[in-house]
Amino acid sequence: MQFEVNGKRYDVDAPADMPLLWVLRDLIGLTGTKFGCGMAQCGACTVHLDGAAIRACVTPAAAASGKRITTIEGLSADATHAVQRAWLECDVVQCGYCQSGQIMAAAALLARQPKPSDADIDAALAGNLCRCGTYQRIRAAVHRAAELLAAAPTAEVEHVV
Amino acid sequence: MWSEPIATRAPNRREFLKTALSAGLVVGFWMPATLRRALAQASAPAPVPPNAFVRIAPDNRVTILLKHSEMGQGVWTSLPMVLAEELDCDWSLVSAEHAPAAPAYAHTAFGMQMTGGSTSTWESFEQLRKAGATARALLIQAATQRWHVAPADCRTERGFVVAGARRASYGELAEAAAKLPAPSEVTLKDAREFVLIGKPTRRLDGKAKVSGAAEYGIDVQRPGLHVALIARAPMFGAKLVSFDASKARAVPGVVDVVQVPSGVAVVAKHFWAAKQGRDALALDWAPGGGAPLSTPALREQYRKLARTPGAVAKNVGDVAAALRGARVIEAEYEVPYLAHAPMEPLNCTVEIGKDGCDIYTGTQFQTMDQGIAAKILELSPEKVRIHTCFLGGGFGRRANPQSDFVAEAVHVAKATGRTVKVIWTREDDIRGGYYRPMWLSRLRAALGRDGKPVAWAHTLVGQSILAGTPFGASMIKDGIDGTSIEGAADAPYLAAIPNVRVELHSPASPVPVLWWRSVGHSHTAFVVQSFLDELAHAAKQDPLAYRLALLPAEARERRALELAAAKFGWGKPLPKGHAAGLAVHASFGSHVAQIAEVSVEGKTIRVHRVVCAVDCGPVVNPLTVEAQMQSGIAFGLGAALHSEITFKDGRVEQGNFHNYQVLRLPEMPQVEVHIVPSTDKMGGCGEPGTPPIAPAVANAVFAATGKRLRRLPLRLA
Repeated sequence: MQFEVNGKRYDVDAPADMPLLWVLRDLIGLTGTKFGCGMAQCGACTVHLDGAAIRACVTPAAAASGKRITTIEGLSADATHAVQRAWLECDVVQCGYCQSGQIMAAAALLARQPKPSDADIDAALAGNLCRCGTYQRIRAAVHRAAELLAAAPTAEVEHVV
Repeated sequence: MWSEPIATRAPNRREFLKTALSAGLVVGFWMPATLRRALAQASAPAPVPPNAFVRIAPDNRVTILLKHSEMGQGVWTSLPMVLAEELDCDWSLVSAEHAPAAPAYAHTAFGMQMTGGSTSTWESFEQLRKAGATARALLIQAATQRWHVAPADCRTERGFVVAGARRASYGELAEAAAKLPAPSEVTLKDAREFVLIGKPTRRLDGKAKVSGAAEYGIDVQRPGLHVALIARAPMFGAKLVSFDASKARAVPGVVDVVQVPSGVAVVAKHFWAAKQGRDALALDWAPGGGAPLSTPALREQYRKLARTPGAVAKNVGDVAAALRGARVIEAEYEVPYLAHAPMEPLNCTVEIGKDGCDIYTGTQFQTMDQGIAAKILELSPEKVRIHTCFLGGGFGRRANPQSDFVAEAVHVAKATGRTVKVIWTREDDIRGGYYRPMWLSRLRAALGRDGKPVAWAHTLVGQSILAGTPFGASMIKDGIDGTSIEGAADAPYLAAIPNVRVELHSPASPVPVLWWRSVGHSHTAFVVQSFLDELAHAAKQDPLAYRLALLPAEARERRALELAAAKFGWGKPLPKGHAAGLAVHASFGSHVAQIAEVSVEGKTIRVHRVVCAVDCGPVVNPLTVEAQMQSGIAFGLGAALHSEITFKDGRVEQGNFHNYQVLRLPEMPQVEVHIVPSTDKMGGCGEPGTPPIAPAVANAVFAATGKRLRRLPLRLA
């Protein structure tokens, strides 16, 4: 089965019902996308499928094959996407395990809603759990990322739309 | 460190040593015991590692080795700050890595390598300052030899030694410095000279964690690695009678099915095959003895026990006499079993080779893990090398005296002869035990004419965490596990009450229990701070004034409470429909007050704002203190509003985040953190933010509705 991940093509031997999460982690070797629940309850596995945020743990390989997949590793070359910069500026991460998913969800939100309200953020990120409770800094960082994008709407957005 | 591929990471200790020893490029290096012994035999006197905590590379990069595990609490940043402060190096060149498991990295208070009890910063503060100062002194000494000047003519300047017009970088001097004997005494900076300690500093692990590059245990790759899932007992205490693995073995990718002490392991080429293989197992389990576990039955058992005499934890005056004929306020509080549910499910990778065993995992308990693995493999402990990865949350679950998740992975590797990574699913985690125990507390108080309590009787019922562990023998005294009653028997309010009796029942149970962020304080703060609120209400007094009247003048809780009240504007009008509740509780050496502003809409409790004041003594990184208070509040609030593990017909009723609910982003209140300026003894910050939030919210719900909620999670009927 063929997959296009972060602009590269991969040909892997994946059963059709194997979740995309394990294709990425165990077959392709991209471990930035995390396993947290296996039933779309926590958002740790959030990636972009043709630009939309989806839960890789419940997306069968067959449904993702042939589509454009972006993972945290492909969001930017060196943690320079506006969302990543804002995350660093706001010192968001703690254990960090959920943050790939949080960042991918936030990037997808900003791609469709460049100036989100608190309510927009709540709605877009309600499905992304963080046991360290970084939520307050996440909210601040999403607003900060929106500012960064407004100030310099550069190539960063290309990855997610 | 995180940018290096894993293949170069595993042997790096040995290779590093080879490089270090041949080139002498290291200031203060650590040597494995085997090498140390070999060198000791070859040359006398035995070389003692001058400094286990810092390495300096020729390009001036400073690597600080952490004996503590980074699990979100920020030691990856705050501990390097402490060492770098005394080393006087360039902070932008500092990075951190986890130290191996070795005696040099033992906890200075607990004697074993571990991370827990909110101790990391205070327990290693002096040690790391001395390590930094020692390395600095050696670099200066190297410069004096190079330039033939006196130490007094030298100073350091952010990574350079300077003497008059001469200037050499630490990187240039490191090789010579590494050959010098360490001074026995070093002078530490006066706190007024600190430039890093106390300064808000962003995390050193931030970039790795926003780019997907940070390596957690679950991400570890090794040559020939297989993934294993284990089918564990569906009921605690159940025994495996028989199993049929024929269908499991038929799943493409499954390579082995083996029985291990904790269940049946299905080993496969990747997670998905292991999961499907495990689903295909036919297993016959026999329940253990006794009636099947049931939460309502446990509750009844605990309620009955609470009315019988228990082990006496504290006894002052004559409570029975003081309660007789007085105005008695009586209440029962209950909290449920709780799973830690760290975002990264438990996992452990084990690679057994000719030269011992390599274990890759996120753990809080290196020494225990090393010892237990060594015992299973019949190796000496130093033959078991623990490679600590980033922890995707710990909260106590990765500090298990039984090393359960490490031990079973070792068993699977031993039984199959393969390098394996055992991964737990979320269901395995939620149903796997090692919970915060369920607790029931019965309280009675007699009020005097001034409304203050003249008698306080508290009986607690709940499982001992320490019983049956290697710590039990030394840490359970006269039937009292100190972690059961912390925050209850030593509550500062009790000093003002002439008659006090605290009793404890520790019923045995097949349910494995463990410390859960803030341990005993996770229930005692709820009970004590809620009951004090009840007494204030009965005495028709303001909850803040009532607490302040009971707290001793010197209590540090008082400062936290007063600061929180001032910042919140306690007593001032709130938006319509909003009400406030407060709590203050000391744990792990820190004193935290929280005031919650809530509203109740139908049966939904909304927490809008929390003002938090903390006195944790001197602060290393204010950004970390703030983050840990927010974190503790979010963790405690999720439990206060949602989480519970319950039993029906012997089985855990919850299984994943849809029915074991934790706090989600829309429920996160705006948290304001205020740090009490303090030069008192340094306390911890990882846990003390958690205990006060449940009672602060419960007290606010009472203020809003007049309903006193005495059971967690808080539910309006």
